[in-house]
Amino acid sequence: MPINYNVPEYAVVRDPDRCIACRVCERQCANEVHSYDPELNKMRSDETKCVNCHRCVALCPTHALKIVKNPDTFRINGLWDNETISDIYRQADTGGALLSSMGNPKKYPIYWDKILINASQVTNPSIDPLREPMETLTFLGKHPHTIERGENGEIKTDNLPPQLKLNVPIMFSAMSYGAISYNAHESLARAARELGTYYNTGEGGLHEDFYKYGPNTIVQVASGRFGVHKDYLNAGAAIEIKIGQGAKPGIGGHLTGAKIVGDISRTRMIPEGTEAISPAPHHDIYSIEDLRQLVYSLKEATDYKKPVIVKIAAVHNVAAIASGIARSGADIIAIDGFRGGTGAAPKRIRDNVGIPIELALAAVDERLRQEKIRNSVSIVAGGGIRNSADVLKAIALGADAVYIGTAALIALGCHLCRTCQTGRCNWGIATQRPDLVKRLNPDVGCGRLVNLVSAWQHEIMEMMGGMGINSIESLRGNRLMLRGVGLNEKELEILGIKHAGE
Amino acid sequence: MQKEGDVRIPSGCAISGIFSRSGKRISGESIVRSIAPMHDRSNGLGGGFAAYGIYPKQRGLYAFHVFYDSVRAKAECEKIITSNFDLSAAEKIPTRRIPEITDEPAIWRYFGLPFKKALEDAALDEREFVARFVMKVNTQVRGAYVFSSGKNMGVFKAVGFPEDVGRFYRLDEYEGYCWTAHGRYPTNTPGWWGGAHPFALLDYSVVHNGEISSYDANRRFIEMFGYKCTLLTDTEVITYIIDFLNRKKHLSLEEAAEVIAAPFWSEIGRMGEKDRAKYTYLRNMFSSLLITGPFSILLGYTGGMMALNDRLKLRSMVVGERGGMVYVASEECAIREVEPSLDRLWSPKGGEPVIITLNKGVEA
Repeated sequence: MPINYNVPEYAVVRDPDRCIACRVCERQCANEVHSYDPELNKMRSDETKCVNCHRCVALCPTHALKIVKNPDTFRINGLWDNETISDIYRQADTGGALLSSMGNPKKYPIYWDKILINASQVTNPSIDPLREPMETLTFLGKHPHTIERGENGEIKTDNLPPQLKLNVPIMFSAMSYGAISYNAHESLARAARELGTYYNTGEGGLHEDFYKYGPNTIVQVASGRFGVHKDYLNAGAAIEIKIGQGAKPGIGGHLTGAKIVGDISRTRMIPEGTEAISPAPHHDIYSIEDLRQLVYSLKEATDYKKPVIVKIAAVHNVAAIASGIARSGADIIAIDGFRGGTGAAPKRIRDNVGIPIELALAAVDERLRQEKIRNSVSIVAGGGIRNSADVLKAIALGADAVYIGTAALIALGCHLCRTCQTGRCNWGIATQRPDLVKRLNPDVGCGRLVNLVSAWQHEIMEMMGGMGINSIESLRGNRLMLRGVGLNEKELEILGIKHAGE
Repeated sequence: MQKEGDVRIPSGCAISGIFSRSGKRISGESIVRSIAPMHDRSNGLGGGFAAYGIYPKQRGLYAFHVFYDSVRAKAECEKIITSNFDLSAAEKIPTRRIPEITDEPAIWRYFGLPFKKALEDAALDEREFVARFVMKVNTQVRGAYVFSSGKNMGVFKAVGFPEDVGRFYRLDEYEGYCWTAHGRYPTNTPGWWGGAHPFALLDYSVVHNGEISSYDANRRFIEMFGYKCTLLTDTEVITYIIDFLNRKKHLSLEEAAEVIAAPFWSEIGRMGEKDRAKYTYLRNMFSSLLITGPFSILLGYTGGMMALNDRLKLRSMVVGERGGMVYVASEECAIREVEPSLDRLWSPKGGEPVIITLNKGVEA
C-alpha cells in the first residue's frame, strides 16, 4: 500500500564527476544504501535506508558524496510536520511502539547555553595554569562527621569510607557490553585507566578480558541483574545500582536475542538467543527502604570496601528522591538528565519523560544542603554534557563530577545517526557484527578518548584560572561564578543563580 | 543602592596587628599609628579594630557590642538579651565626636553571662548558646547588629578611614595585649557600619585583605552547619570556617590552616607517608572549606593571633619581631612606624600559618 511510503529524511547526493565507482560506499554501508550497477558502471543509492551516519561520506576517496536534508516533503504544516506524519503512517502500518536511540533530540531549552561563567578583573587576580598548579583531583564518597584522634592526638586517617579518586572530574557513563561493542568497551576501559578516572560496565556484566581494568571500573547492578556475581562485584572500584536512566525513566531495557551471542551471552550469564529483558523496577526494590537493603547487601558482599552509587533518572520529584537515597546508605548519587543517551528506548518516552539535568542537579544539590546531608554523599551529573564548559557549569551548580556517554561515543566515531537499536552501527560502536566491530580500533579509540578528556581538562583549568580558582573543590557549588541569560525568575530561582548584570 | 548583605562587594584592604607575648597591655594608640601610613590602601568606606585584654575587670563576662539603627531595634534586641543573659552592665560605647565620622548608629555594649536555666533548657554549651544568640539577633532583628561577642575583647568599627575610626572610638583609652586593625577599600559604597571589619564571632575576630574566589562554595557549605552569612563578605565566611573547624571540629589552628590554605596535591605527593595520609585526609574531609583566591588574614582569639596567607601568596603580608612583641601588616611601613628597629622581619610563605601566643603562664 503506497500509504506506507515515508519521505526519507535524507537524500544521498552523488557528484557523478567525482564518483569513480570504487564501491567503497557499498562495502561500508551496513544499511545497504549503496549498490553498484555493472551495466552502467554506476553507483546507485536507496535513500529510504539511509540513516545519515556519514560513514560513506567520510570514507569516499574522491569526496563525491553528500547527505543532505531531503527537500522532498509532505505539505508543510506547523503542527503536523514530516516526522509526526511519518510516525503515524508507521504505527498505522505496524501497530507497534516506535523505537529510537541516543538522547532526546527535541528542541527543549538547553540551560547550559543560558548560563555564563565569571572571570576575575582587577579586584582579584586570575591564575595562569601554565605557571601555577591548577588542581582537578576529586574524591567521590561519604565523609565521616567527626574527626577521631589517636593516643598521641594525631588525626586518624583510616576512618574514611571507601572513595573514588578522579584525576579529572569526568567519568564515562554506563554503556553495556551488548549495547556497545567489545572494542568500544576496551577503548573506554583503557582510556579510563590512562586518565585516572572510571568507566562503567552498564548492566551487561564485565567481560572476562576486562577484569584487569577493575581499579578503573564501576560495575553496574541493574534490574535484570545480568552478569552479577560475587567476583564481578569485587572486580570494580565501585558498584552502581541503576534505578533509572535519563533516556527512558520508569521503564526497563531489552537487548534482543539476536545480540545475545557468544561472549555477550557468557558475560550476561544467560543462554544464547534469549531476550535480555530488564524489568522496569528492581523487583526487590518497591520502596526506599528496599533500596537501603540492596545498598547494604552489596556492601556486605564487598566487605564495605566499595562505594555504592545509586543512579536515577531526573524526574519531577528528583530532589526528594535524592534526599531519600542519601539517607539509604548510598555513597554517591548519579543523576541522569532527560538528554541522556541509550542504545534503544521507546521514542515517546525518550522524547517526553524526565527533566533537564541542569534543573535537576541544582534542585538536588540545594535540597541536600537544606537538609544538611550534602556532605554525606557525592553527586554525579550526566545526560547532555557536551563540552568542558558544560562540565564546569555542572560543577559550579553543585556536582562533584560528571558522567559523559554520548560525547565519549562521538569521540570514538559515533555520528549520532540515532539508530543504535538496529545493531548495524557502521562505526563499530553499537553493533555486535564482527565485520563492523573491527572498524573500531581500540588503540585509536583509547587515544581519542584520552585526547578528548585531556582537552576538556585543559579548558576547565583555563576557565578556573580565569576565575581565580586553582582547585576544583572551590568551584563545586560555587554558584556565584554563574549568571543566567534570558532566563525567567523561576528558572533562576531553581538554578540558584543571578541574572547577568546583577 | 543595595546594602551590604544584599549584594556581594569586593574589597581591597590594609591590615595590621600587634601582639605582646608577655601579655603587656598596650594602648590602642599604637595600632592606630600603625595602620595610618597605609592610608592609600583604604578609601574611607570602612575601618576597624579588634582588641584583646581590654576588659580585665569583666574578664569572665561576654562583652556584646551592638549597632542599633532605631529605638525599636534596640528595644527588640534588649528584650532578647535580657531574657537570656544575666547582665552586669549596659552602656553606650564612649565615642569622640569628630567631623570625619558621620551618621553613626547608636552603639551600645553589654556585659553578662547566659542564665543557667536558659543554658540548661537549650542543652547547649555556653559558647554555642552565645553563638546562636548572636546569629539570631543578626538575622532576625532588623536594625540591630551584634558585632562583637567575646570575653575580655572587643571590636570597634565604623565607616571611615581606620585612623579616624580609632580616634572616634577613643582607642587611646583602652589597653590590650593584642590589637588588629583593618582599613577597607570596597568597590562600592555600602555606607553601613556593620559591613566594616573586623568580623567577629565569640572571641574569634578576623581582619582580611583579599577577595576569595571560593566564596560561594565556602558559604553554601558552612551554612549547612547553622551559620548564616548575612553580609556576604569574605571575612564573615572565613570567621565561620575557623569557628567551625577550631571550636566545633576541634582542629588545632595549624590544622585549620591546613584545611583553609591546603598544600597542593603535588606537594602532598612529595611528603612522607604519615604526612601524606594526614594532608590527604584533611583536604578530602573538608574539601569545601579550601579557600582559593587572594587573602591575608589576621585571626585574633583569646591568648593568641594567627596570620595566614593564601597558598599562592597573592597578597602581601610581613611579620616583624622585637623582643616579646610581634607585628604583622600588609606593608612593612606599618610595622616600622611603631617599631623602627626590629630583631627580625620576614614574609611568611603562602599557606604557612604564623601563630603567636601568650607566653606560658600568662593569663589572657
